[in-house]
Amino acid sequence: MTKDIIVKAVDVTKLYGPFTALDKVNLEIAKGEVCCIIGPSGSGKSTFLRCINQLEKMNSGAIWVNDELVGYRREGNNLHEINDADMARQRRRVGMVFQRFNLFPHMTALENVMEGPVQVLKEPVAEVRKRAEDILVRVGLSDKIGHYPSQLSGGQQQRVAIARAMCMRPDLILFDEPTSALDPELVSEVLDVMKDLAASGMTMIVVTHELGFARNVANTVAFMEAGKMVEIGPASEVLTSPKSPRTAEFIRAVHS
Amino acid sequence: MSSVDVTSSTTDQKYEIAHLKLVPKRHIGRMIAAAIVLLILAAIVRAFSVGQIEWSYVRDFLFAPAILDGLKSTLIMTVAAMALGIVLGVVIAIMRVSGNPVLSSIAIGYVWIFRGAPALLQLMIWFNLALIFPTMGIPGLFEFRTVDIMTPFVAAMLGLGISQGAYTSEVVRSGLLSVDSGQYEAARAIGMTQFKMLRRIVLPQAMRVMVPPIGNEVIGMVKLTSLASVIQYSEILHNAQIIYFANTRVLELLLVACFWYLVVVTLLSIGQYYIERYFGRGSKSITASM
Repeated sequence: MTKDIIVKAVDVTKLYGPFTALDKVNLEIAKGEVCCIIGPSGSGKSTFLRCINQLEKMNSGAIWVNDELVGYRREGNNLHEINDADMARQRRRVGMVFQRFNLFPHMTALENVMEGPVQVLKEPVAEVRKRAEDILVRVGLSDKIGHYPSQLSGGQQQRVAIARAMCMRPDLILFDEPTSALDPELVSEVLDVMKDLAASGMTMIVVTHELGFARNVANTVAFMEAGKMVEIGPASEVLTSPKSPRTAEFIRAVHS
Repeated sequence: MSSVDVTSSTTDQKYEIAHLKLVPKRHIGRMIAAAIVLLILAAIVRAFSVGQIEWSYVRDFLFAPAILDGLKSTLIMTVAAMALGIVLGVVIAIMRVSGNPVLSSIAIGYVWIFRGAPALLQLMIWFNLALIFPTMGIPGLFEFRTVDIMTPFVAAMLGLGISQGAYTSEVVRSGLLSVDSGQYEAARAIGMTQFKMLRRIVLPQAMRVMVPPIGNEVIGMVKLTSLASVIQYSEILHNAQIIYFANTRVLELLLVACFWYLVVVTLLSIGQYYIERYFGRGSKSITASM
């Protein structure tokens, strides 16, 4: 292999009863790559993203992060679910940013960012504090360090959430519609932070409706519909001259 | 032009009252109601002052050693029964939401039985357990006579604590349910184990919901311990009774006990305020006042 593969998904399938949410989805993401997953709502984008750190269980297929099988261990001809502690250890290397921020409301911005490295990675508090403060400055929240989430705007909360993911120094960060719950005027401040993060070489998978962000920042764009990966390729190609008529239709509908 | 002047002058006159002073409505009904209630209150106070109560007995027995010992026993029983109740409550609540059908059914059965039977009856069953189980233990390993173990203290603690556990488990369960599912996901996403997630993220938020009703139940428990007087546990009411059996000043001693219950409950209410404030940090209503 010429490049480091960070995420490799093979035939990931997920069923909700009779409904097929994910139908043999495949994906390969290289180190430092930014991949935007677009598609209509209900197409399985978020479900697939959540499978990558096993917040969602798959019915079949497998995912590797950094060459390590996620959530399962091979025993003979079966893949057995790993235990709670091993699962937690794997998730430490994958950051996640949620649509609804999900900051811990009983902790200040700084405490939110420090929680993982101190409690989970067991790093020294003073060291983590320094790093967390630097990251909060970097996302433009130097004056909000001691604020509780309830005292912050949606855009500020989402930037704290990104800082929380960054402070774990993960191998990649997953973004699940990070700007969908924001007032329109707050979207750009979050996208700017994500742009900055992408420029610093972080591997990112972003489920989004922001085609402008996808065009400017993403290397790869994937289009999903009805649980299937319809098209995936370089951002410029997929967004300007898509191969699939469904992708073209979707992009036209979003722009109009 | 002139017709316009006429109309404007009449309207000016009509709206002149806008400059008058605004007088709030007088709440005659409220005043009458307040007067009646105050009158009744005065009558009650007077009845007590002219009634055949020897206030000197109340004063003399307020700090009598037997009363203070009883108070101490009441407080010890409150702490012991409540501690047992909270431990059982947390365990039963986690069993209930565990998703394991056997554990969940046992938790439902526990709540059904121990919330269903009166606390006084449960105390008496524990105290009289020797009637059906003369000895207890593991055969061959150890064995003892039930009457030696089932002291009034132990029987009261088990009776009150186990029935309290049924109530507390519902409080804990509602607390766990009140925490948003996004919080569980965020905790997992930063690599927390189940146990760490419960301890660092879920329980601290559940506490905000759980503290007011648990505080309420602690206060209830202070008074519920008086049931233990029935099985000869020497808490404050029991000791007050022993004294009035001797000196026949029934109401005076009951007022002494009442005084101490009110003191304890008042102190607990103040403590509850500060505990609620601690667990409410970060929530809107609290931060707004900071």
